Amino acid sequence: MRSRMNALFDAMLPVFATLAALGVGMIMLLILRVSPLEAYGALWEGAFGSTNAIAETLVKATPLLLVGLGICIAFRANVINIGGEGQMIIGGILATQVGLTFTDAPGWLIIILAMFAGFLGGAIWGGIPGALKAYFNVNEILSTVMMNAIAVQLMNFLLRGPMIDPAQLEKASKIPQTARLAEAFRLPRLVPTRLHLGFLIALVLAILVYILLWRTTLGYRIRAVGQNPDASRYGGIRVRRRIVLALFLSGAFAGLAGAIQVYGVNYRMITDGSASGFTGAAGFNGIVAALFGQLHPIGTIPASIFFGALLVGANKMQRVVQIPSALITALNGLVVVFVVSSEIWRKKRQRQRLALARQAESEDDDVSPSAPELYPPAEEASES
Amino acid sequence: MSEIFSASVIISILTSGIRLATPYLYAAIGETFSQRSGVLNLGVEGQMLLGAFVSFYVVFKTENLWLGLLSAIIVGALMGLAMAFVTVNLQAEQGISGIGFYLFGLGMSDLLFKMLLGTVETVKGFSVVPIPILSKIPVIGEIFFNQNVLVYVAFLLVPIAWFVLNKTTLGLNIRSVGENPEAADSVGVSVVKIRYFTIILGGILSGVAGASMSIALLNVFQQNMTSGLGFIAVALVYFGAWRAWGVLAGALLFSMVQAIQLRIQIIDSISLSPDIAVMMPYILTIIVLVASVSRVRAPSALTKPFDRGE
Repeated sequence: MRSRMNALFDAMLPVFATLAALGVGMIMLLILRVSPLEAYGALWEGAFGSTNAIAETLVKATPLLLVGLGICIAFRANVINIGGEGQMIIGGILATQVGLTFTDAPGWLIIILAMFAGFLGGAIWGGIPGALKAYFNVNEILSTVMMNAIAVQLMNFLLRGPMIDPAQLEKASKIPQTARLAEAFRLPRLVPTRLHLGFLIALVLAILVYILLWRTTLGYRIRAVGQNPDASRYGGIRVRRRIVLALFLSGAFAGLAGAIQVYGVNYRMITDGSASGFTGAAGFNGIVAALFGQLHPIGTIPASIFFGALLVGANKMQRVVQIPSALITALNGLVVVFVVSSEIWRKKRQRQRLALARQAESEDDDVSPSAPELYPPAEEASES
Repeated sequence: MSEIFSASVIISILTSGIRLATPYLYAAIGETFSQRSGVLNLGVEGQMLLGAFVSFYVVFKTENLWLGLLSAIIVGALMGLAMAFVTVNLQAEQGISGIGFYLFGLGMSDLLFKMLLGTVETVKGFSVVPIPILSKIPVIGEIFFNQNVLVYVAFLLVPIAWFVLNKTTLGLNIRSVGENPEAADSVGVSVVKIRYFTIILGGILSGVAGASMSIALLNVFQQNMTSGLGFIAVALVYFGAWRAWGVLAGALLFSMVQAIQLRIQIIDSISLSPDIAVMMPYILTIIVLVASVSRVRAPSALTKPFDRGE
């Protein structure tokens, strides 16, 4: 019973952290002379107020979930992937190119090929920082951030030049976008809203990632490398390869998110010059969702829907109470800070439990005085 | 091609290169202090953005440059204080919490910009102050001694940082906290105090780095105007092997590449896409990281929270 309470408390930590962030947001709204009730009411209305709103929330949650799944894999291997934005872009570019090259092929074939291209593009863009970390000891946080910037420029270059819609070349405006994908190539809609097959794909992949991480040897090795690289090395695990693989897979899921964004939502690539113009900052917000879901693939599902709702609701809030949706970016940042800060309570409780267990063990030792004392029980118990 | 290599063009590239090094220097020197004490501050970019906006807004409203600079210092210090509490007291993972602070600064500066200004405005920022006599030296005078105050201070920071880190008790304490916090603690150095000091100092310098862009270099504020510069500054600390002079070399390398790239963009005879040109500093960062990390060792306690085990 006690351990179940503990588990419940641990699972509730992100919720408390989010409530704290929303509380700070409330104070900010009051300073900006906006009624928090009205603002958060509009947020809720925008996210869940109608069938369309719910569908939009799930559409927005899809890339968050996919990026978040990749983050679960990477962070479990103790590799920090900040490169989701760039990986999404490269995935989107490759997938788009597939659809623009083979215009006569059957739709289902192109969709499969395009998803694979997106997966591969993101994997390469994540695999490069992975290899740099494994073999040259380059900090992956920095290299993935740089890869984001490179991907943005590459996208701008391609959409203004080689990949630009031929129709735009004749116009004076020259909007940097590709031609529209053929209608047969679009991901099927699920209900008469904008909700598309991509959401289901993401759900299925969440289960597959769970199986990969906890039910296969490969997943065990990835997690072992994350928990203790030295012990893993002695245990015969090739640590470097697992690091590359973790970032490779992590990038692949982000790349798939990019491909699905093109085939399910935009039906073309278009750039406003920034990364978030294409990704909607899902590369960053996916990290937030994964952390919120305790780096567990299944936990990331409700977390993605929650943050998808925040993002969709933010647009409504912007219209109703004239608060820029940038507020949500700021609050997401606070959620990240609060969630990682709240970890200390979990660690403290874990240590207390350990100390209690040791105390109980040391009492057993008194019964058999011949047992060797591995650690001084009195000191350990006083730790808490 | 001859156009690029004429003396006047080279002088103007070098002059703007020196000027462009300013934000890198402030941010990277600040980061050097916090990393030397064992704390990786990845929120630099967010601190810069908030510093850039707040100083710009204060100058826009009051036309007082020093008040603007002071506000950037205060905002940076507050962000640093929050970061210190989270990483030192709550022992949060530094990389991820830093990203959180980045997102906060990114969103917050954009929010304030849209609420308070709405459109891109300009201000009259710090103007060029020629240094008497020195600025009259041919070539060198124009490149080094014909800049604004924030540029001079940025370059003065390098020897000061070197001196503080290597020749003072404070510097010794900072370094020992970053190398072996347990040992430092056992001889009575307060790990908590030292880290609070370096993180807040880093925040202040990041705030000033932002201000140096919005009220000295560009004299505008735009959403996400730093566009990754803060992250490059963090990379420069690795490049500079956690030493002030190394950081200076890295900052100059970057700013000079940037100055050349800006110059190339306005020459028609070279048909290089501006998108590809902008990519260069980032590719360079990665190459530089590969080249630098294998030859130097990071502070041992970097990213490791300190727990006295009480």
